[in-house]
Amino acid sequence: MDYEVVIGLEVHVELKTKAKIFCSCSTAFGGEPNSHVCPFCLGLPGALPVLNKKAVELATRAALALGCTVHKTSTFHRKNYFYPDLPAAYQISQYDKPLATGGKITLSNGKTIGITRVHMEAEAGKSLHQGDDILAAEYSLEDFNRSGIGLIEIVSEPDIRSPEEAKEYLEQLKAILQYAEVSDCKMEEGSLRCDANISLRKRGSKELGTKTELKNLNSFRAVERALEYEVQRQSEVLKSGGEVVQETRTWDEARGITSPMRSKEEAEDYRYFPEPDLMPLELEEGWIEEIRSQLPELPRDRALRFQEEYGLNEYDSGLMVSTKEMADFYEATVKLFPEPKEVANWLMVEVQRLLRSSEQEIQESKLLPENLAQLLKLVKDGTISGSVAKTVLEESFATGEEPKKIVEAKGLSQISDEGQLREIVASVVEANPKSVADYKTGKGKALGFLVGQVMKQTRGMANPQLTNKILKEYLEQQ
Amino acid sequence: MSINREVVEHVAKLAKLAISEEEAEQFTNEIAGILAYAEKLNALDTTGVDPLISPVPMQAVLRDDIVEENLSQQEALAAAPEVQDGMFKVPRIIEEE
Amino acid sequence: MELYRKPAHELSKLLAKKEISARELTGQVLEQIELKDKELGAFITVTAEKALETAREVDEKRAKGEELPLLAGIPLALKDNICTKGLRTTCASKMLENYQPPYSATVVEKLSQLPLVGKTNLDEFAMGASTETSFFKPTRNPWDRERVAGGSSGGSAAAVAAGEAVVALGTDTGGSIRQPAAFCGVVGLKPTYGRVSRYGAVAFASSMDQIGPITRSVEDAALMLQEIAGEDPRDAASSREPVADYTSGLKQGVAGMKIGIPKEYLALDLDPSVRQRFDEACKALEDAGASCIEVSLPHTEYAAAVYYIVACGEASSNLARFDGVRFGYRAPDSPDTTTMYSNTRGEGFGFEVKKRILLGTFALSSGQYDLYYSKAQKVRRLVADDFKNAFTKCDCLLAPTTTMLPFKIGEIESLSGQYELDLCTIPANLAGLPALSVPVGLSQGLPVGVQLVGKHFDEETILKVGWALEQCFGPMEVK
Repeated sequence: MDYEVVIGLEVHVELKTKAKIFCSCSTAFGGEPNSHVCPFCLGLPGALPVLNKKAVELATRAALALGCTVHKTSTFHRKNYFYPDLPAAYQISQYDKPLATGGKITLSNGKTIGITRVHMEAEAGKSLHQGDDILAAEYSLEDFNRSGIGLIEIVSEPDIRSPEEAKEYLEQLKAILQYAEVSDCKMEEGSLRCDANISLRKRGSKELGTKTELKNLNSFRAVERALEYEVQRQSEVLKSGGEVVQETRTWDEARGITSPMRSKEEAEDYRYFPEPDLMPLELEEGWIEEIRSQLPELPRDRALRFQEEYGLNEYDSGLMVSTKEMADFYEATVKLFPEPKEVANWLMVEVQRLLRSSEQEIQESKLLPENLAQLLKLVKDGTISGSVAKTVLEESFATGEEPKKIVEAKGLSQISDEGQLREIVASVVEANPKSVADYKTGKGKALGFLVGQVMKQTRGMANPQLTNKILKEYLEQQ
Repeated sequence: MSINREVVEHVAKLAKLAISEEEAEQFTNEIAGILAYAEKLNALDTTGVDPLISPVPMQAVLRDDIVEENLSQQEALAAAPEVQDGMFKVPRIIEEE
Repeated sequence: MELYRKPAHELSKLLAKKEISARELTGQVLEQIELKDKELGAFITVTAEKALETAREVDEKRAKGEELPLLAGIPLALKDNICTKGLRTTCASKMLENYQPPYSATVVEKLSQLPLVGKTNLDEFAMGASTETSFFKPTRNPWDRERVAGGSSGGSAAAVAAGEAVVALGTDTGGSIRQPAAFCGVVGLKPTYGRVSRYGAVAFASSMDQIGPITRSVEDAALMLQEIAGEDPRDAASSREPVADYTSGLKQGVAGMKIGIPKEYLALDLDPSVRQRFDEACKALEDAGASCIEVSLPHTEYAAAVYYIVACGEASSNLARFDGVRFGYRAPDSPDTTTMYSNTRGEGFGFEVKKRILLGTFALSSGQYDLYYSKAQKVRRLVADDFKNAFTKCDCLLAPTTTMLPFKIGEIESLSGQYELDLCTIPANLAGLPALSVPVGLSQGLPVGVQLVGKHFDEETILKVGWALEQCFGPMEVK
């Protein structure tokens, strides 16, 4: 039996505001527990919510960047449930009148994934379970610093057909939201979270199969792996004539499996009703248009432009726009050193390696576009060799120092002076008569050895092309 | 819709209210009485009527994105029944099997 | 001089002229509490020292010639569901028996120059009409101590009536300021929804709750409203509508005004003595030059049903935060959070509160929302539209505040199943309208009140008409 995979994703993203969405407490990550709290985000009796304008602006910007229609009127509802980290025992969210609906993300294969809706809501606090996990915990401790941070929830249509597509959708979504400066989208700090709904159906069938909801997906890789596991599991269930149970399953990263969350005694009944403490949010058309006009160029558009303007191929342009900071860095460098492919190569290989080993993002490192451009100029005009350039890059990456100064301070300038090189070549030839003889008898390897000896004497700073040329001339004359 | 003991007990679970046998009986009777009284609403045709959510028409007031000094950790925890390490302590979240 | 018997507007003049001191006045009021409150039970917490300290500060400031608010130095009582920083705020519930909020309500900050003599008794979480559902004690009516003071702001009304405070604040969700004011022979004003910040008032039904004054005279109510009205950046449902000057036109009289008399209210099962006093009030206004015209509010009969469902629905959500995690009562020895929640809430809330939470939870639950909650909100619009129509014909409405005289303590049991006891006061909350209860004398030795209902943000008109009525019936004595 051939099955088609149907996946929909619900992504929660923390909005990059200074203050929380309904009160004036700080959204800063970390800090002493329960030190960024007020009567409202602690759920104390009598406290009331007031909506943060910036949160609305960022949510609107996100919705527009995702191609959604932003509605002039949207309303807030209360979602009622008890949980120790939910202080008022209700979450303020949007329900039947969300901020925005009907957007899309285009994957690299040209396929579009629909976005059902984008709505605003408030974050809960954090439970620290005292034990191996929530099941084993004898008790839990509650910290409300996170409580009330603004979130947007982005719900996709069930258009995704494979775990790989899911991963790409998430990467694109993250890039778009970062470009729009809506959120940091740091999964490790929880500022981007993803739940996945997945079901299988017979290929060609229009009806959706029974879905499971996957939680505890802490990285894009985890999303992909959990979905892969679930595809396998569900298809085995179906092939053996069984039925998929509609349930929430949690991903176990260490064991690489999903397992059912202990089913609650009864189905959740959130008793949504209109939030009486908040009036309907009315957005003026002009304001929405103003935000639209301020949207930065989004990753897909930018990648296309890079292909056109800089002649990058699809793969390279994709890497160059993976984050806004990388794309900005790239363009700034190209402006100073107008050899776009060369810049891209250095960023993709050498710089990327340094970023990975230092676990940094480009904007966190000390490397500056002007320094990378300067470095590439030094290579181009022959001042340093490619291999020395790698050493210089490492230093500039670590210290922020100008490549020129590094080269000067360490005496790394390439020897391109013919006279100087001739002297060295002469001494090398004199000291290695056997190799010279070998060369004469046509042993090609001997030339390589002699070049190596020149390099050894110059600590790698001899201009390789020039060394080659001089050496050959010298040997011919012998 | 009539309400019975079973519904009241279900609703009590939703509302996280422990109620005694005796209370369950009383609540069932009293709530049934109110709901029977509220039946009169069904006599009214409300087709096309917009629900009235807030009685005085107002636009949302928005606050600026400014962080203000709020409660200290000590103030936040002062009224808590149980505290540990600057946090509110609660018993295990998942019921024991 | 028995200062505690005087209204605030007179006392404030005496204070301004330094003929009396705030300390002297506060001392007298505290003495009344000392004398009477064991029996009356108007207060849950008395804050004598704090009151005297504020009085002393006000006196000092006045001596230095500092500018002070008009009501500075007037002894104030606060209903105990209004948060006061560092001062126990119980909502008359076991749940909050020892709860000290870390912040004060906006109205409390606005009235910080009024010596706070204490926090007054109420029905638990303001749910009731007799102050008998208080976890602590019932409040007795100063006019007849066998009878209730009304509710839920019974403590505030009784305190003002008995000279245990000069002015007080209550909250009104379905009549909780006006009904006890009528029962205790004092003035009670529920402002327009959004006129006074709700920040710091423990929510019962968020779309109806309003804080308002309970006073000994209409002028006092106007002065109090002046102090507490206005937009609050901490309450998104507080209005930006400019605050009127409530005293300048107060005494202009009612000549030429049109007063609407809703016929549906008179068709209610009114106690004959209430009806008689009401008719006299109509006549008094006509004698003063107003014309009373009949108007119709055809959906009045649905108001109580709408109220039960909407108020309880909102309350079920508002009261969910009392979960034993961050503050308040927690049931001992719970093996897990679910048990902790259920036992905490089962033990911490009284019967009436639990009943309303259950009803509200039911009305919002899956499958019932459209049938009950949404339906009620639709009918609520019809009730509100009735008022809009009526106000095209008149300047304000006159109606009884209550259908009956104050009933006996314990008698409420016999009233269960009577769903329309609050039908006179509920509609103004559903429609968010300002409403003022004014005493119109005694019947069988018990006070009777009538109610004026105005257009949104037109407190001026109802205060003006209320003042005119007060001239006819005179202020009530302090019991």
